[in-house]
Amino acid sequence: MKSLAAALVGSAALLAVAACSAGSGTSSGTSPGADQSLAIGLVAEPASLDFTTTDGAAIPQALLGNIYNGLVKQDETGKIVPDLAKSWTVSPDRKTYTFTLVDNAKFTNGQQFTADDAVFSIDRVKTAWTTSLKSAMDVVQTAKAVSPTELQVTLSKPSNDWLFRMTTRIGAMFSKTGVDKLATDPVGTGPYKFSEWKRGDSIVLQRNADYWGSKPYFGQVTLKYFKDPTALNNALLTGTINVIGTVQAPEALSQFTGNDKYQVIEGTTNGEVLLSFNNSRPVFKDIRVRQAIRSAINHQALMDTCWAGRGKLIGSMVPPTDPWYEDLTGIAPYDQAKAKSLLQAAGATGATLRLRLPTLPYATSCGQVVKSQLEQAGLKVQIDQLEFPAAWLTSVLKGGDYDMSIISHVEPRDLRQVFNAKYYTKYDDPTLKQYLDAADAGDEATQIAEMKKAARRISEQAAADWLFLLPNLIVADKNIQGLPKNAITESFDLSRLTR
Amino acid sequence: MLLRLIERTAVLLVSLAVSSVLVFGFLAVLPGDPARVALGVNASDEAVAELRRQFGLDRPLTTQYFDWLGGMLQGDFGLSYISKAPIGPQITDRFQVTLWLVVTSVVIALVVAAPAGTVMAARHRQLSGLALSALSQVGVAVPAFLAGILLIMVFAVKLGWLPANGWTPPAQDPGMFLRQLVLPALSLGLVQGAVLTRYVRSAVLDVLREDYLRTARAKGLRPFPALWRHGLRNAAVPVVTVLGLQLATLLIGAVVVERVFVIPGLGSLLLDGVSNRDLLVVQDVVMVLVVAVLVVNFLVDLLYVALDPRLRVTR
Repeated sequence: MKSLAAALVGSAALLAVAACSAGSGTSSGTSPGADQSLAIGLVAEPASLDFTTTDGAAIPQALLGNIYNGLVKQDETGKIVPDLAKSWTVSPDRKTYTFTLVDNAKFTNGQQFTADDAVFSIDRVKTAWTTSLKSAMDVVQTAKAVSPTELQVTLSKPSNDWLFRMTTRIGAMFSKTGVDKLATDPVGTGPYKFSEWKRGDSIVLQRNADYWGSKPYFGQVTLKYFKDPTALNNALLTGTINVIGTVQAPEALSQFTGNDKYQVIEGTTNGEVLLSFNNSRPVFKDIRVRQAIRSAINHQALMDTCWAGRGKLIGSMVPPTDPWYEDLTGIAPYDQAKAKSLLQAAGATGATLRLRLPTLPYATSCGQVVKSQLEQAGLKVQIDQLEFPAAWLTSVLKGGDYDMSIISHVEPRDLRQVFNAKYYTKYDDPTLKQYLDAADAGDEATQIAEMKKAARRISEQAAADWLFLLPNLIVADKNIQGLPKNAITESFDLSRLTR
Repeated sequence: MLLRLIERTAVLLVSLAVSSVLVFGFLAVLPGDPARVALGVNASDEAVAELRRQFGLDRPLTTQYFDWLGGMLQGDFGLSYISKAPIGPQITDRFQVTLWLVVTSVVIALVVAAPAGTVMAARHRQLSGLALSALSQVGVAVPAFLAGILLIMVFAVKLGWLPANGWTPPAQDPGMFLRQLVLPALSLGLVQGAVLTRYVRSAVLDVLREDYLRTARAKGLRPFPALWRHGLRNAAVPVVTVLGLQLATLLIGAVVVERVFVIPGLGSLLLDGVSNRDLLVVQDVVMVLVVAVLVVNFLVDLLYVALDPRLRVTR
């Protein structure tokens, strides 16, 4: 499982808007609006509804938490909380998880959800899934149904990450008899059921009358897809939709901010915009060059220019919503003089670097700023653009034919995936691996402490530069409630929305 | 007449065959492996190879080409690489949408161009004719998508008279269908109308200089009735030619306009196919567009004969 996967095939980074539903959501106090419907505008239409065989962030955004439930999910603070599993225990050796499942959940094909379905879903990741994310399940040795409501999962080694991945699409629970037409007719236990997919236009979800939890407020939700950010804004301005799930052009926000009819929500996402380095290139083997590049960039000025000042400056691969977040922007403050002297010391002044950009709005605009700032420090930067996703994937991500690139990594908790020797960053660091392994195997306190060390390590080593964290920007009709401030999961949770 | 029909049909069939080779060939050399895009960035090479086998992408190109062509001839457009859904029904659905848009635009273009061009020609030395002429020049210079954006800004966002975007099938809600059709059809139709106006004007001008029109006037017909009875049919021949050519432009314009107005037509299917590297969809859609343009040109050729009896006896 590599962290770009989710981002790339969709429209990187901008899809990560999501909510996390707390067990006692705001909707529980409101009577469901039986005839109320809601239309949400989003940016990238899924190519298929089957996230077991098709990559991209758009599919779980629409389906996870709405049509599918997992055993566990993340709440708004990032904590792992019960979903289809009422509770769970971990054995002292941290290798065996015993889940107690709810007994009243039904799939939309009429079948009861039992531990057998959970075993089926977990095993199926290894056998039938084809996307690269499936490797998150490799650590599972066996999954067995002790009783209809008791599931036991044994791991080959202790892994905190496994339980976390179970909150993502990897943990979605499928019906044993409902996986024949996943691409066009998904079957799950969630608060909504699939109603209609008008290709090229929208996906319609209906409230699941048999839902086992508290019923969602809206009887019908339409997810409407827009390729063009202006068309998306116009649709809200003219009342075609009620919510813009992901603002694509932050510079156009001003038409909503001054208007009483709308609310603008701004928070954080998991989308770290990286200026990535090909650490296998001789020039980047010298830490002074990497550090010089980090010092040469004025991050605040860059974010102001290329993303209208929206977003958050981060100094490492951790968003503020993760438990091990620390403000590390102080590790490489803007200092042109230091950058110049570092480059001089490394003998790299005047070196030419190829910055190969995907054709994505933030990459294109930030690329120019990066080029001008690095050239002030004495480097030469050649920019070329690669069509996204296909050409960029082939040349940069798969082929490693680049010196630097700019891309947002939107997958949650993706430090390990992004910074390793096999990934396109080619970052080979045994010390980092040691921290990460310790974090994965230890208890909660150990995990937090070790992850902090890991985050500090890549920042000090300048394994890449973190330009900024993409903001979660939502614009909606004033009366829509329950929209998430921070987008930290893969799903856009519809069950908490009310009017 | 028959000879001409046979000749045109032969040209049509050869053009179709050549263009199918070109469409297939260009897509075959396009970078970016569809199987890799479908499976995500770090899918194993084995998984990619397996998917290539499922799609039949591992077979020789000639086999793939003839399979594709044979399937198309039988109405089987294949399965999408990404969604695994049959492509044929999608193309049919989307084509209907685009057809509404294109046909409405042609009607608007004709409704604008025929009277405006005729008036411009008849009054080409007067101020009103010159003013119209200048206006049509502006129309020619504006691309359809810009016209669309401007129309949305004024009529949807500022005035709120019409929806900014979207599409509703006519059977579902005819009122909404019409309201949503107005702006996209206008942005395509007005621009094409402006282009067409120039051709109508020059065709009518040519006709006005003809001897038979002078004769008609000499018989005592007033200028417009003379033009109406004797001139317009002659002026129609070049205009029909241009209209046939414009249809290709309209189909391409529809691709862009569909995006501006978020219309699920053939154009947006094509764009989605390109960005998802769903190459079979792209291949099928492009081929359908090529067939549409070639067939329209074929029909235009036949229409000449209907319009101009002289062509029936040339051979």
